[in-house]
Amino acid sequence: MKQAMLSLVALTLLMSTSCLAGSKIIATGGATNIEGSAGGGIVPWAVINGYGSSDEWAATAFASQVGVDDFTLRSIGASISYDNNWEWSIARQTFKLDSLGGELRQDVVGVKYHIAGELLYTSAPQLSLGLQYKKHRDFALPQAIGARDSSGIDLYIAATKVLLNAVAGRNVLLNGTLRATKANQTGLLGFGTAQSNDYQLLFEGSAAILVNYNVAVGMEFKQKPNELAFANEQHWRDAFVAWFINKNLSVTAGYVDLGNIAGFANQQGYYLSVEGAW
Amino acid sequence: MIRPPLKLIALLLILLQSACSQQAAPSLYQQLGGEAGINAITDGLLYEIEHDSRIVHHFADTDIARFRRLLAEQLCEISGGPCKYSGETMAKSHTGFNISLADFDALVEGLIKVMQRENIAISAQNQLLALLAPMYKDISYR
Repeated sequence: MKQAMLSLVALTLLMSTSCLAGSKIIATGGATNIEGSAGGGIVPWAVINGYGSSDEWAATAFASQVGVDDFTLRSIGASISYDNNWEWSIARQTFKLDSLGGELRQDVVGVKYHIAGELLYTSAPQLSLGLQYKKHRDFALPQAIGARDSSGIDLYIAATKVLLNAVAGRNVLLNGTLRATKANQTGLLGFGTAQSNDYQLLFEGSAAILVNYNVAVGMEFKQKPNELAFANEQHWRDAFVAWFINKNLSVTAGYVDLGNIAGFANQQGYYLSVEGAW
Repeated sequence: MIRPPLKLIALLLILLQSACSQQAAPSLYQQLGGEAGINAITDGLLYEIEHDSRIVHHFADTDIARFRRLLAEQLCEISGGPCKYSGETMAKSHTGFNISLADFDALVEGLIKVMQRENIAISAQNQLLALLAPMYKDISYR
């Protein structure tokens, strides 16, 4: 993982001298969330990944790690986007059960379509529709604790707006996302339960202040379902600092509170992510 | 009979007044550096446009002297300065140019570069961007 992050940084530094990024303003592509979609750390936003503006292509790659008391979640992935309207992404998640032993892997394929509004320039927020197809690669354990399916589809609508000169002369980003999902612990513990195969409609929100063009400080909240009888599932929270070093490289660090996971209470720890964009 | 200390009262009044005028926030026009500041931003932006292959073609048939004067007037007026913009509406003056989101982004990026170079405070930069951003709907795709 460390190697993955370091090689991503090295690759980005190498290419940043020779590669022209798109026309979007720095930081407006957001970071990449753990599912591979442009957003914050845990919430997908309406922004399209990378710096491709109208009629431009962009690509990103990311590696992130969340380390809490009894678990470690590593994600790597990549996206391409076009016209600041379409985003296609893939991510591989590896969820290490540090205290129990073993690991669970999940793949996420995402697509996002920007339907209205412009993040910076319209009074209405930027609106996007997203879909994430999630496929669990080690379903035996989730199945044993009561999950119904090894795969699931999340659908979401996100609204994101940068309010210019909003607080103390600084720009503020607000995001609200409504997600329909059957996923237990975002799919890491499978989809649906023996008793229920219904979609849940959940809210996710982010707020960040742009200290300057390159640094954002913010918080996120992710509402979670609580369907598995085996163990409680709780809402997620994080606080983060994102540093957009240039249009080719950004680093995000944060503190996360993931609540109860698989019977382990108070799962808190760090979040670290590196993203390269071209 | 006690003589009122007129001089002292006058002095206090002047002090109070200057304290008040210091508390009043300077206008954005002042924060941008007044006339000299606006001229520097205008010239800087013209330089950025000239060296930006993404958008320079839009200015191929532009009367640069006139464009410069109107841009300075507009920046001066919207920032609260003593000017009156004498050009056409944004919608009218951009019709036929088909300015795209990428073009608009490129110009905003150029403006940010200039404001950074001119060491304009980030809050003043954001105030100006907040005034210019809503023009997108009148400028783009016409």
